[in-house]
Amino acid sequence: MNRKLWMNLMAAVLVAGLFMTVSCAKKTIVTEPTTIEDQVKAEAEAKAKAEADARTEEARIKAQELQDQMANEQTLEQAKIAAAKNRFTNQNIHFNFDSSELSSMAKALLKEKAEWISDNPGINAAIQGHCDERGTTDYNLGLGERRAMAAKNYLLNLGISNSRLTSISFGEEKPLDLGSSEEAYRKNRRAQFVME
Amino acid sequence: MNQIRLGKLYGGHLGVWEKYQGLESWIFIVCWTLIFLFFFIIPVQSKEYDYINISNPYLNKTPVAVTEFKAFGGHQAEIDDGAHAMEILKNSLDFTGYLKVINSAAYLSNPAQTGIQLGQINFKDWTGIGADLLVTGGIEESQGQVKLKLRLFDTFNLKLLVGKVYTGSDSQIRQMIHMFCSEISHKLTGNWGVFNSKISFVSTIDGNKEIFICDFDGHNPKQLTHHKSISLSPAWSSDGQWIAYVSYARGKPDIYIKSLKKKPGFIVNNEGLNISPDWMPGKDILAATLSFSGNQEIYLLTKKGEIIKRITKSWGVNVSPKFSPDGKKLAFTSNRGGNPQIYVKNLETGDIKRITFEGRYNTSPAWSPDGKKMAYVGIDKNKINIFVTSLDSGSGKPVQLTMNTGDNEEPSWSPDGSLIVFTSSREGKIPRLFVMTAAGTDQRRLLRLKGKQSQPSWSGSTSSENI
Repeated sequence: MNRKLWMNLMAAVLVAGLFMTVSCAKKTIVTEPTTIEDQVKAEAEAKAKAEADARTEEARIKAQELQDQMANEQTLEQAKIAAAKNRFTNQNIHFNFDSSELSSMAKALLKEKAEWISDNPGINAAIQGHCDERGTTDYNLGLGERRAMAAKNYLLNLGISNSRLTSISFGEEKPLDLGSSEEAYRKNRRAQFVME
Repeated sequence: MNQIRLGKLYGGHLGVWEKYQGLESWIFIVCWTLIFLFFFIIPVQSKEYDYINISNPYLNKTPVAVTEFKAFGGHQAEIDDGAHAMEILKNSLDFTGYLKVINSAAYLSNPAQTGIQLGQINFKDWTGIGADLLVTGGIEESQGQVKLKLRLFDTFNLKLLVGKVYTGSDSQIRQMIHMFCSEISHKLTGNWGVFNSKISFVSTIDGNKEIFICDFDGHNPKQLTHHKSISLSPAWSSDGQWIAYVSYARGKPDIYIKSLKKKPGFIVNNEGLNISPDWMPGKDILAATLSFSGNQEIYLLTKKGEIIKRITKSWGVNVSPKFSPDGKKLAFTSNRGGNPQIYVKNLETGDIKRITFEGRYNTSPAWSPDGKKMAYVGIDKNKINIFVTSLDSGSGKPVQLTMNTGDNEEPSWSPDGSLIVFTSSREGKIPRLFVMTAAGTDQRRLLRLKGKQSQPSWSGSTSSENI
């Protein structure tokens, strides 16, 4: 009976041992693929992170670029506005000697000015009429007014409101160029726009 | 004579006893014979002012000798003032353009030593050097009070033409000499001349344009306006008491009507231009260009600037109205024909006549005081010059008065019609005031002042009654 007990005990130990061995062996085998899997995962994770980082950076750069571009465009737009404003006040309408007739170039410039006035509703314009130094003071005051009126009437015909335009003649009193050359005379015979 | 303006200064004829003092009987007879011949044998020349016809363009200058002034007291201040008075007298007579003062180096005798009265003068000494006229002067001075004894002689007729005594302070010597020059002018030409007239003009100062006034000969320039703006186109009322002008003082061209006697003035400030004022002779009425209608038209205005009536009704620029001396016509510049020309409107009948036909640019009309001629500015081949045209029917070609000397503009006649003041850029291309005879001779600078001068306007005629 005792012997049988021992046998059973022994068998139990053996089975247990076997089980243990089997389980240990199994464990070792299982362990290897798990490690590989972890590595791949880590790599993938790293890669994903890098990619995400790259994407973020790219987005950031893109955003920055967009911002820069917008800023540039704004500057450009502002420059354009300033240029248009400058053209409005600095680009004079020129006339022939003893004439208040608008040339085709004068009309093109006046159309541009009409657009500018339409685009800038808060601003009114004074149109000054000027003459070159030749001729008589009184007559040139009259001629200067006719030049200012010719420019003003053209703008009125283009739909600019009368309330936004005034005109004044300075005759030969305010030359741009103090010289006595044909070129100076040409510059001085003008309708000049001043913002109010 | 009006004694108000000059205070203590007064003048009067020399006493008869003084004129004939020391006269020898044979000269007396010769004189009266000549006077008899003058009045009865040559009745055509009986008018006393037939000596010089200043409207004759071919006039030769009449030679006149002006002697040293006799100093009755003989002290230095008197001698110095006498020399000063003589210089003013010589310059004033030379300024007329029809008298030529003979250089004193040629004189054969010295009346300051030998006597300045009729009987004390050896006329052969003066006819011998070609002097048709002789002016002698004497001065008495004590305690700053000056008495000037001045005489004009006809050397060929041995005749005293004008004798005057003037009393005033030593600062009034210039005025006294000019009063005597007016007498000389009246005797010789029938007209009181330029000696009591003034000239208004525009001058730049500190970057602005202001109105100035000076004497007929450019002396005593004084600034009249202080707008610190652009001021233009001064025009005298015919009594010389008011000046109308244009100023941008309120930002746009308005007409200012200013009293020289410090009475309150008026401003004409319609919308648009208010420019080129001119006074109707003898009236408180102005003509001016206003553009409130949208067109530059000429209107008649009261002195307060109220519109009486519209004178022009025409497309284009109508400026520079100028009344004829009788006030019945109005000359003006208009570009109704396509370019600026001068027209004359008869204010009674309404007829309008164009008077300039040569060239494409004729402006700035200026009537001669007798109303027979019109001076104006013409641009020909890019040169700006002054012309004069006769207004008689069937008149000939216009006469060009200036040439080859820069740009010449803005003519204005002296009240006696003998001279024209104008603007010229002949010196360094800078506009300055010049004066010439009505025939275009004797062109000379009127005054020396800093800056640029333009738009001279000669005041009206003043007789010695208005001095």
